[in-house]
Amino acid sequence: MRFTYLFICLLYSQISLAELRGTGDLGLIIEREPAAVQIISTSTQTSLSHITGLGDLSHASVVYSRDARYAFIFGRDGGLSKIDLLKNKIDKRIIQAGNSIGGAISQDGKLIAVSNYQPGGVKVFSSETLELIADIPATYAPNKRSKVVGLVDAPGQKFIFSLFDANEIWILDLQEPQKPKIQKFSNIGKQPYDALLSPDGRYYIAGLFADNGLALLDLWSPEKGVKRILPDYGKQDEKLPVYKMPHLEGWAAAGNLMFIPAIGQHEVLVIEQSTWQLIKRIPVLGQPVFVMARPDGRQVWVNCAFPDNGNLQVIDVKDLSVKKHLQPGKAVLHMEFTPRGEHVWVSARDDNRVLIYDTQSFKEIKRLPAKKPSGIFFSSRAHKMGL
Amino acid sequence: MYKILFSLFLSSPLLATELPESRQKELKNLLKHDCGSCHGLTLKGGLGPSLLAADLQNKSNEFLVDTIQNGRKGTAMPPWKPFLNKDETRWLVQLLKNQS
Repeated sequence: MRFTYLFICLLYSQISLAELRGTGDLGLIIEREPAAVQIISTSTQTSLSHITGLGDLSHASVVYSRDARYAFIFGRDGGLSKIDLLKNKIDKRIIQAGNSIGGAISQDGKLIAVSNYQPGGVKVFSSETLELIADIPATYAPNKRSKVVGLVDAPGQKFIFSLFDANEIWILDLQEPQKPKIQKFSNIGKQPYDALLSPDGRYYIAGLFADNGLALLDLWSPEKGVKRILPDYGKQDEKLPVYKMPHLEGWAAAGNLMFIPAIGQHEVLVIEQSTWQLIKRIPVLGQPVFVMARPDGRQVWVNCAFPDNGNLQVIDVKDLSVKKHLQPGKAVLHMEFTPRGEHVWVSARDDNRVLIYDTQSFKEIKRLPAKKPSGIFFSSRAHKMGL
Repeated sequence: MYKILFSLFLSSPLLATELPESRQKELKNLLKHDCGSCHGLTLKGGLGPSLLAADLQNKSNEFLVDTIQNGRKGTAMPPWKPFLNKDETRWLVQLLKNQS
């Protein structure tokens, strides 16, 4: 009797489809060294599955389809992988360049753009099929192509990016994908290394490695050109060595304040958005890498570059000072907030674990094993511009 | 006494490859993940140039040791002197040049 019952259960599980579920509480943890990802749930705080065979995942980043079912992973080796979060498998995978750095998904969700170092440029693919739709070489002089950084999506089916070797910002308009239109801005400042977009899609800001200040483009008035903000910042100070480039993709704006990692200084810069003036320099324990605001904007979490990368500091936006110092483990590479910010997931690469903290009490809630974890990306990114 | 002899042995430039195994492991991790954050995990290049053996053959050991120790002005390469002594740097250069 029992045997028959088991048999029926088994039969049923074979013919029934996967259990019905949404994807809004799912996410990916990148495991650098085995070049794998874990699909996780932020509700159960568990790992649901493990997907391997994804190439070189150093500096990998992820965007999500607008139905949040598929994750697109951009690997360093030029790999573009489309992962099905419900079927726990690779849906499609292509190698689209020799060396790439990141990507974005278009406003309508139909296009995936990838920024490449080698060969320097941007390639645009169908999010459905991963077929090539547009190839935009970042040619700035005869036979010279620049590495492309700071690629973001913007309203009006646009992608915006910066040319590291050419000191330029380009707006790529794909309202007609077969006829891409490009608007170029030159002499924006030396060596833009990354950029970010304000959450309302209005401002594109590039960080400059070899110049003072930041390059600002107001997308509501592109005819006014690129303006330099904080041109005098750090002029007098000796630059400290930078052992890992800061990332600017997480816009940490709280109210009208913007929080940016300084470069070559162990400080977070607080900028007032209406006037673009520096209102405070907050000292931190090392070269800041990620400066990320909790979704409600009350806290800003900061990690640091080597050799200070065991630290995580929390700035209270109420009085613009560091309120908490955590030491989650060796080589803290990334943090990701749950959609409404009650928890933050933190990767500690050299301790092979991901830690979950309560952002109110700062208590550690859970640890998950992961092999050399780096980026953590939740599906709530599906509906945010510029990530 | 043995300790002193051992450290003398380590500091000899001729025997630069004889680093303790635990340190070798640390350096390999550093190379892969920290150098790798600019040069790529597989060292084939990123914001920084490729460090693959074939791409380093025409660069002298002295030049490479100096670049790692003191950084390169005008580029994003920082000095690693605070974290690596000369022997360790030479060991890394050998490792890079002999990787397959």
